[in-house]
Amino acid sequence: MNGDEACCEGALAAGCRFFAGYPITPATEVAESMSRRLPEIGGIYIQMEDEIASMAAILGASWGGVKSMTSTSGPGFSLMMENIGLGLCTETPCVVCNVQRAGPSTGLPTLVAQGDMMQARWGSHGHYEIIALSPSSPQEMFDFTIRAFNLSEYYRLPVIILADETIGHMNERVIIPQEEDIEIVNRRKPTVSREDYLPYEADADGIAPMANCGDGYRIHVTGLTHDDRGYPAMDAKAQEKMITRLVDKIRKNRDKIIRTQNLYLDDAEVVVVSYGISARSAMQAVRDARGEGIKAGLIKLDTVWPFPEELIRGVAPRLKAMIMAEINGGQMVLELERAACGACPVSLVSNFGGAILHPGLILNAVAKAAKEKP
Amino acid sequence: MPDKRERHILITGFGGQGIVMAGDILGKAATLYDHKHATMTQNYGPEARGGACSSQVIISGEEILFPCVEEPEILVCMSQEAYTKNIKSLRPEGTLIWDTDLVHTRKTDAAYKTFNIPATRFAEQLGTKMMANIVMLGFLSAVEPLVHAEALKKAVLESVPAATRDNNLRAFNKGREYGHSIVKEPVKPEHPE
Repeated sequence: MNGDEACCEGALAAGCRFFAGYPITPATEVAESMSRRLPEIGGIYIQMEDEIASMAAILGASWGGVKSMTSTSGPGFSLMMENIGLGLCTETPCVVCNVQRAGPSTGLPTLVAQGDMMQARWGSHGHYEIIALSPSSPQEMFDFTIRAFNLSEYYRLPVIILADETIGHMNERVIIPQEEDIEIVNRRKPTVSREDYLPYEADADGIAPMANCGDGYRIHVTGLTHDDRGYPAMDAKAQEKMITRLVDKIRKNRDKIIRTQNLYLDDAEVVVVSYGISARSAMQAVRDARGEGIKAGLIKLDTVWPFPEELIRGVAPRLKAMIMAEINGGQMVLELERAACGACPVSLVSNFGGAILHPGLILNAVAKAAKEKP
Repeated sequence: MPDKRERHILITGFGGQGIVMAGDILGKAATLYDHKHATMTQNYGPEARGGACSSQVIISGEEILFPCVEEPEILVCMSQEAYTKNIKSLRPEGTLIWDTDLVHTRKTDAAYKTFNIPATRFAEQLGTKMMANIVMLGFLSAVEPLVHAEALKKAVLESVPAATRDNNLRAFNKGREYGHSIVKEPVKPEHPE
């Protein structure tokens, strides 16, 4: 199956039973698959009038107690930004799959890019932390979609899947495990009485148990800054308290959220960092470099947000160079530079979208960096 | 350079001919029934039908990383535009396969291993030209066996609507039989000017 179909199957395996979306290349097959599959298992599929409404609908469905998701690509992702912020502020579990194509604007609808990395991080207004995962194959589309739901349910926020056109439209074998072998996480339910429940009173780890609409608990949900009751609280103190918790519930759990796949890091002199489809070109380049006797290594970012800065900070001082391979003008390379903090030179192999990176380009950069004096 | 153990196939034509489906079926045969690794990527434009499109299939005994077919060893052309656009990419020792009625080849193509079949005409004779891609797969299984014929047949039957299985099986067998008749007695490519 292709990556988009694998995303749908992963969502269903994770327990998703509501999808609202608006078709857009190259994410249409996610919606198509959902429209076929959800009615078969008692779920609901709605084609909305646009992506603003799609995002609003999945937030509402989530508060109704159902795991929900939407899928889109660049232009639709832009429209979703406001309501992604609403989901962050109201701590609403849901999943947004962005199958990236080349932009800005309508750009190249049928061709690959990875240009929405920073938009996923900072696209909605205000300060927040986000979780985003980047699959490199249809199999990872399946696996990471399940993980996206689990993370969204546990940490109570919209989790973004930053896929790309090539992965979405690539057909490969996908192994779907038995139901009992799939780990499923569900949102924390209130343990106190209805009288004592406050919808935003967090447990010690900063995560508040969530009562769904209709569970019988009194809830109030607003995009305004709010107190533990969920009621608007219009002052700096309330803002400080609320945002600190929203930020800390992600920041303080970075080690549990961040996952990377590392190759040859032990003795590497030059390390390529990459994600999504570009990570496959990078892995090919690293293997080719090893074949030529160059001590190359790879960090594949399965989680792109939060960025694994501790890992980078740890390895950078013993490297000749780090190279970011990505299909945009240089977005995650900025994070890499920030994390490496001058401990080793950082460079970029990229294009602006429309084609995937050739392993030869990355190999050239690796070979050049390896020749530099330490 | 692509790994030598990888087989690189480029299937080309226009939208609506089932080009992507043909690549999908070939990949399914390789992965699900021959238990190899395969990757299929597709290229197409914004048009729903009629635009140039291609499917790129890589079959390998090992994990495939870079999924692009840059220099195919087998090029299947089901439209003139696709032929003109892609012929330059075919490896010197490669195999060129085309639909006899839809593509005019050049004299210089005689340097390749060449096969042609009136796949669309055969499909029309069997009921619908929509099955030209299946005729072509049957033909491919005879002239360039990339996967086991039984695996390919299974993948065809699994991929087409249930009501059309018998007809598609006939289409597959027609292509395969025509392929066998050609392999026994290879024909020279046509050189219409």
